[in-house]
Amino acid sequence: MTKASTTDRPITGTINPDEAAHFGALAADWWDPKGSSAMLHRLNPVRLSYIREAVDLHFGGPTESLKPLAGKRALDVGCGAGLLCEPLARLGADVTGLDAAPENIAAAHAHAAPQRLQIDYRNEAIEDFGGRDFDLVTSLEVIEHVDDPAAFVAGLAAAMADRGLMIISTPNRTSMSKIMLVELAELTGQIPRGTHHHEQFLTPDELAKLLGDAGLRVIDTTGISYSPASGFALSDNLALNYLMTVTQS
Amino acid sequence: MTKAANTSDVIILGAGMIGLTQALTLAAHGLSVAIVDRADSADLVNPGKDARVSAINSASWNMMEAIGLADQLAPHGCDIDKILVNDGLKPGKLDFTPKDEEGPLGVMVENAILRRVLFEAAQAHDAIALHMSSQVAHCERAEHHVDVTLEDGPILSAALLIAADGRGSRMREEAGIIMAHWQYDHNAIICKVSHERPHGNTAYELFYPSGPFAILPMRDDDNGLHRSAIVWTVSRKDGPALAQINRRAFEAELMKKSGGFLGQIKLITDRATYPLGFHHSSHLTADRLVLIGDAGHGIHPIAGQGLNLGLRDVAALTECLVDGARTGLDLGDAQILARYDRWRSLDNLMVSAATDILTRLFGLPGETSSAIRRMGIGIVQRIPPLKAQFMAEAKGETGDLPKLLMGELV
Ligand SMILES: Cc1cc2nc3c(=O)[nH]c(=O)nc-3n(C[C@H](O)[C@H](O)[C@H](O)COP(=O)(O)OP(=O)(O)OC[C@H]3O[C@@H](n4cnc5c(N)ncnc54)[C@H](O)[C@@H]3O)c2cc1C
Repeated sequence: MTKASTTDRPITGTINPDEAAHFGALAADWWDPKGSSAMLHRLNPVRLSYIREAVDLHFGGPTESLKPLAGKRALDVGCGAGLLCEPLARLGADVTGLDAAPENIAAAHAHAAPQRLQIDYRNEAIEDFGGRDFDLVTSLEVIEHVDDPAAFVAGLAAAMADRGLMIISTPNRTSMSKIMLVELAELTGQIPRGTHHHEQFLTPDELAKLLGDAGLRVIDTTGISYSPASGFALSDNLALNYLMTVTQS
Repeated sequence: MTKAANTSDVIILGAGMIGLTQALTLAAHGLSVAIVDRADSADLVNPGKDARVSAINSASWNMMEAIGLADQLAPHGCDIDKILVNDGLKPGKLDFTPKDEEGPLGVMVENAILRRVLFEAAQAHDAIALHMSSQVAHCERAEHHVDVTLEDGPILSAALLIAADGRGSRMREEAGIIMAHWQYDHNAIICKVSHERPHGNTAYELFYPSGPFAILPMRDDDNGLHRSAIVWTVSRKDGPALAQINRRAFEAELMKKSGGFLGQIKLITDRATYPLGFHHSSHLTADRLVLIGDAGHGIHPIAGQGLNLGLRDVAALTECLVDGARTGLDLGDAQILARYDRWRSLDNLMVSAATDILTRLFGLPGETSSAIRRMGIGIVQRIPPLKAQFMAEAKGETGDLPKLLMGELV
């Protein structure tokens, strides 16, 4: 459904040149709400509201607060041009964004600077990064693009602080997501072609297993549904895409 | 991020009733607001400049409660317990009387009081910066922010510009937002009257071939004088003459129109004349710009819904912006604006169209149309669901209600 932020090669830490070039070409219009990331822009309010609710539940802050992440450190892995990093920074977090495509990092810098948003963007893969103690770790629409999801998840787990919170999202591997994301959306140009490889998608069970193996626990799984009339919405139906709230076990 | 002196979350252009309410609802949720109006503060709250009385429907009243102003307005407000709609003075009235537990249909408040209460609350709020007597020299809607340069020098900067600059909205024009508009062949004469008998908290809408005549209940004055506000729609050519004829003759006309059921009527204010028109914008947003209130739509005052419609814009926009702010979105984000546009465009169009149809239907001259009007009234009267629907509409309780209109903060 979405252009993923990037593709890492977690094991070697090297970037697959084909995929990096593909996303780099998209960097310029990342922030155009009508550009090739239109789907991602439309998805953003929905997934942000999910993150917000999880943050309030986990850290126990008031729902009315405009800075629920004040004093907290957040890490977004596969940050693209900062679609998630910027909101997290506005919510008060001290944000680090990692992306394997240098073009994305360049686009992210260019977009944050005029807004005076201080975000530490780095062109690094998670397993080379070595940063620790993040209260919030996010990685949205990324894991379906990595070659070694287990190593990737281990990297995310290592970056998390004790009693930290993780939010991860990815498309499900169902015939529905194949039709909607890979065939329909890419064919009709709603999503740039070559974005998704359906066989790399993970089912919620598979992802929960990977997270469990890394010493983490899934405390909520929520689907994202799409309808042409009302757009994206949180849903009990996991067939298309799902978000997970994850803590240490 | 530290805020420079002239940076706020949003800038509102226009400190009318809609702009001020918008500022207060946003500030109530922790957002900072700069508000600009070319009028000076004394004029803005001067009763002589706006002698109208507005019907605040119960949904709008809920919002005043949510932002803590209902207590200040209540001592000045007059509950509408009943609305009577009739074809002139002919038999066959349509009456809307809610059950006791449902509360009043609305509250009549003088615009001057509403303006003063809103203005003073805005002045007192730390998160609201008022720039009165200020003309906009230049407005630049850039990629990351909006800059509004005032003629006396200061430059205001924010993520979003909210245009509440009324029916002639300059911002709407600058953004090239297309608007459908027409003038009715009507003027409204507005005045306040005292009368012998109490009004029984009833609002009367009497439809005459020459145009609707409304008598809206006001609170008794300090000396116990019974008062009502008159909104009298007359054809454009008769308007000026009626507004000028001497008091006695005008009072006699009022007696005739109202059928004398309020006893002797006396004029207690000047008569103001307003030309009536209809305008409706196809879209309420552009890059880093949203329209609210009369800037986006203006309707015939026949059903007393213009202000209420604008207050619905305010409630919906506040919910969109507060949800956006709480999830860290840029307040000019295209998704936030699209949500507001979807939420409000249809409702505005439906209320506007319904009012326009009503105006045309009831504006038709002649006996046949009078029969049709009475038949329409009779049908609505006899079919309870239809009546319930009309009543919900009058109370402002149709459609997907923003939280503020249910009396809750977002
Ligand atoms: C006769 C009549 C009776 C009505 N009765 C009712 C009723 O009973 N109930 C009801 O709900 N509604 C009623 N309405 C409708 C209602 O009055 C309006 O819908 C409402 O006042 C609109 O408010 P607003 O704040 O959007 O616009 P306005 O009140 O027009 O405010 C616009 C403000 O913007 C400022 N401004 C404009 N341009 C600029 C600029 N370039 N720079 C700086 N400042 C600027 C102006 O000075 C003004 O203060 C009635 C209308 C009429 C004509």
